[in-house]
Amino acid sequence: MRWFWYASPQTFFPLAGAIGRASALLAAALALVGLYVGFFVAPTDAQQGEAYRIIFIHVPAAWMSMFIYVVMALWAALGLAFNTRLSAMMARALAPTGARFTFIALLTGALWGKPTWGTWWVWDARLTSELILLFLYFGFMALQAAIDERRRADRAGAILAIVGVVNIPIIYYSVQWWNTLHQGASVSFTRAPSMAATMLTGMILMTLAFWAYSIAVAMARVRCLIMEEKSE
Amino acid sequence: MILAAARTVVARDLRLALRQRSDVATAVLFFVIVASLFPLGIGAEPERLRSIAIGVIWVSALLSTLLSLKRLFEGDHADGTLEQLLLGAAPLPVIVAAKTAAHWLVAGLPLVLIAPLIALQYDVAAPLYGVLALSLLLGTPVLSIIGAIGAALTLGLRGGGVLLALLVLPLYVPVLVMGAGAVEMAAAGLDPAGQLLLLAALLVVAAVFAPWATAAALRISSE
Repeated sequence: MRWFWYASPQTFFPLAGAIGRASALLAAALALVGLYVGFFVAPTDAQQGEAYRIIFIHVPAAWMSMFIYVVMALWAALGLAFNTRLSAMMARALAPTGARFTFIALLTGALWGKPTWGTWWVWDARLTSELILLFLYFGFMALQAAIDERRRADRAGAILAIVGVVNIPIIYYSVQWWNTLHQGASVSFTRAPSMAATMLTGMILMTLAFWAYSIAVAMARVRCLIMEEKSE
Repeated sequence: MILAAARTVVARDLRLALRQRSDVATAVLFFVIVASLFPLGIGAEPERLRSIAIGVIWVSALLSTLLSLKRLFEGDHADGTLEQLLLGAAPLPVIVAAKTAAHWLVAGLPLVLIAPLIALQYDVAAPLYGVLALSLLLGTPVLSIIGAIGAALTLGLRGGGVLLALLVLPLYVPVLVMGAGAVEMAAAGLDPAGQLLLLAALLVVAAVFAPWATAAALRISSE
């Protein structure tokens, strides 16, 4: 396998199309099965009733939001180190998807929190760090959007992504510590209750669907970026 | 040679700041004004003021530092000094560290010195002054050091000021949490040493690694 053969945008273009199409189909199939399991097969929760079913969207979205940032920073670092155009394009293509999943995680969390906790928002450690993650995504995208010159935008974004990825654990632990200091009336859910097997299956299926979706969307966006760069 | 270069940069930036005293004063004044606005917005009951005092002082310090960050590289970028520094023999991270140190002396240290005055206005208990000053003394250099990365990345961009805030403020969260948290712990009668040590650790880590990121960002921004 000649990896570097595909490091060139021109040769990657058709491959990205093939991967994107396959991932899109896979995402649709997995999401259909996952949603079916989540909404019809998984049992109703004893404490939370039907409202809990939003976790089949919420938890995979929260996982993806963090994972995509790491992947994005990795591509950005690769682009910075090896000066490969495609790596920078991958980082650029992943950012909106990551931000979208972060937003979905926050939104579904609020929708779940209202019936369960009786409030749309609590300053819980996880919610707060997810919100800051959203700000980091916005910062990355805003910086790249503010720089007209592609190469400078990619390299500046790469530095920011790397600084961000180093900071994320520090931010997470500081927020967690802050949360224990200011423990208000918020609900603690550090220990996840044991889950029925079908619930876990639904969640894993949805996670895989979100993975496939992310790949499909990133590939579509990379193709657009390659076209844009060619036309310049 | 390296130390001499660093010393020269610090002396030069300090002299420039002395010549443009109003710039320095504006950031400090901003700090005082922002902190003075809160009682007007939320009411002046001493009990309430006391409970928000530390947070207000710290957030005001964050915003004031943010305002002064643009000055860090902008002047040098505009008149070509920055290019000479990039071409010079002295390693860029050292120069960046020296410039950041000068920035802290001009923009951070005055905040540490004036913070007790605001604490007085907010009726903060006397034993907390020491912890507050110490937390600011350890925290504000981190603000300058991390802010320098953002200032270098947004150098010469349109709408750079707002963008800089968007980039830098999320990264300031740990400093805010640790800094304000140390004082809150002392206020609750607990030992703030742990938080202050964490803050010191943040300072050391940031001081070692951030100048490299800033130097790389400067090279990218002035290509």
